[in-house]
Amino acid sequence: MILRIDSLTFRYPNGTTALDGVSFGVEAGERVALVGPNGAGKSTLARHLIGIERPASGTIEIDGRRTDGLAIAELARTVGFVFQNPDDQLHASSVAKEVGFGPRNLRFAPDRRKELVESALRRTGLTDLVDAHPHHLSLGERKRVALASVLAMDTPVVVLDEPTTGQDHRSVALLGNLVDELAAEGRTVLAVTHDMDFCAEHFDRVIALEDGRIVADGPVEHWLARASRPTGHAFELPQLTRLGRRLGWQTPVATVEGFLDRLTSDAHDTAEAPAGP
Amino acid sequence: MIEVEKLSFSYPTGSRPALVDVSFAVRPAELCAVVGGDGAGKSTLAGVVSGTVPHLTGGDVEGSVRVNGRTLADAPLSGLVGEVGLVMQNPFNQISGARFSVREELAFGLENLGVPRDEMAERVDTVMRELGLAKVRDRSPYELSGGQQQLLAIGSVLVMRPGVMVLDEPTSQLDSAGCDLVFAALDTLKEQGITTLLIEHRMERLAREADRVLVLEHGTIVADGTPGEVLADERLEKWGVAPLRYTVAARRAAARQLWPAGKPLPVTLDAAVEGFGGTVESFDGGGPR
Repeated sequence: MILRIDSLTFRYPNGTTALDGVSFGVEAGERVALVGPNGAGKSTLARHLIGIERPASGTIEIDGRRTDGLAIAELARTVGFVFQNPDDQLHASSVAKEVGFGPRNLRFAPDRRKELVESALRRTGLTDLVDAHPHHLSLGERKRVALASVLAMDTPVVVLDEPTTGQDHRSVALLGNLVDELAAEGRTVLAVTHDMDFCAEHFDRVIALEDGRIVADGPVEHWLARASRPTGHAFELPQLTRLGRRLGWQTPVATVEGFLDRLTSDAHDTAEAPAGP
Repeated sequence: MIEVEKLSFSYPTGSRPALVDVSFAVRPAELCAVVGGDGAGKSTLAGVVSGTVPHLTGGDVEGSVRVNGRTLADAPLSGLVGEVGLVMQNPFNQISGARFSVREELAFGLENLGVPRDEMAERVDTVMRELGLAKVRDRSPYELSGGQQQLLAIGSVLVMRPGVMVLDEPTSQLDSAGCDLVFAALDTLKEQGITTLLIEHRMERLAREADRVLVLEHGTIVADGTPGEVLADERLEKWGVAPLRYTVAARRAAARQLWPAGKPLPVTLDAAVEGFGGTVESFDGGGPR
């Protein structure tokens, strides 16, 4: 198990409880979406994984090591974090320098560094922008630079905070492919997201938080089956889940493939069924 | 009324033009959406129509842009206040920094125009009610969540009652409930006869609310039509725009004769239910499942 969180509780300085007895484990190669309304504690939970928040009580174990004694710099070898706002993490004067910063800081050998940077730039579609100043790029491009700079650190766990906001269709498609590829390589992806179509198409498991507690944890389909309009008005169910419901289907569908399979099997069943009275 | 004719524009440092030979018009009370991929020129178009481009950016403009009959190139930016309002992509850029509460921030523009006190209070109250900002009226703009700041930025433009509104991704940081508020406010604009140009990537909302959709690619208009025409176009993905899942599902279902022959592909959930509902009913004898 790459990640184990046990009875994690966190309070803000003003006394508000942001996380209240949160426990779960994640296997290597899992794709986990953290969902819930604004203020549910999703980002606070994610920030614990890189040590910029520390628990009031409870423990976090990453790759077999308790995080309490580990410095942020040490955690950075294991968990890469892509912030929602790329401007929170970009600081270099060119895309190449930005993406090269992490691997150099982690003291990877020059050959390995070069390889990691090139691969990260290629996977995020930034090869043509290596010399650009991040601040001259569009928001979507800056988000990809932030993502590349984290990928280049080659961490076993990658955490994405609202990765699809402000992204155009091509970037979202690229991001989805990347999530699938990372998982196939055995890396673990955790994403905080409101984008339920993205969640349904690229994640195995949903952990739903509300008021700092886990209210659901399981395969995406199970969660969709339970959620009516989940957690108030924080987000909308995937488009095809809503369509399936309107068609009176009991089992939720979430993707185009799932929808078409169901539609085809209905058509097939009907064709096979004996004629009615 | 927005009238854009043969508009081309290049930024001072741009290697290629940001807009190329763009022509379109938006009528009063019309909500026209602009979609396209990253770098297609959407924000530049928003800037040109609201006068911030090239007044604040520099650069070369060819062609003409008229707002309510006034040619923007001839008008100083200050003269456009009250005529055309721009809601910027990042709400943080829009907050004045000179006022300490939401209520004062909303009144800021009106104070500068010398609007009488009673009218000012009434306009500010109306906007706070419409956008759900009344509960944070005394909070500092900087203490608000990203979503609330976005609603405040929209409010600070709405309160000026411009004849033309330009909104650049006004819902990018909002959750579903916040979006409901923004789109309800857009409905109000239509009722008041305001001309609206909206850059937005939430296709489901656009399909329901927009009268018209323009697609930009590499600075050029490549499609201009109703949401039903444009969002069901199979070139949409090639243009860098996300198609609706139920449009894609219906297109693929049609290839298997599982979508009614000759029926246009759906761009709203209701249309999808109607089309597929027919399919499902015809298979299971019309009874509910």
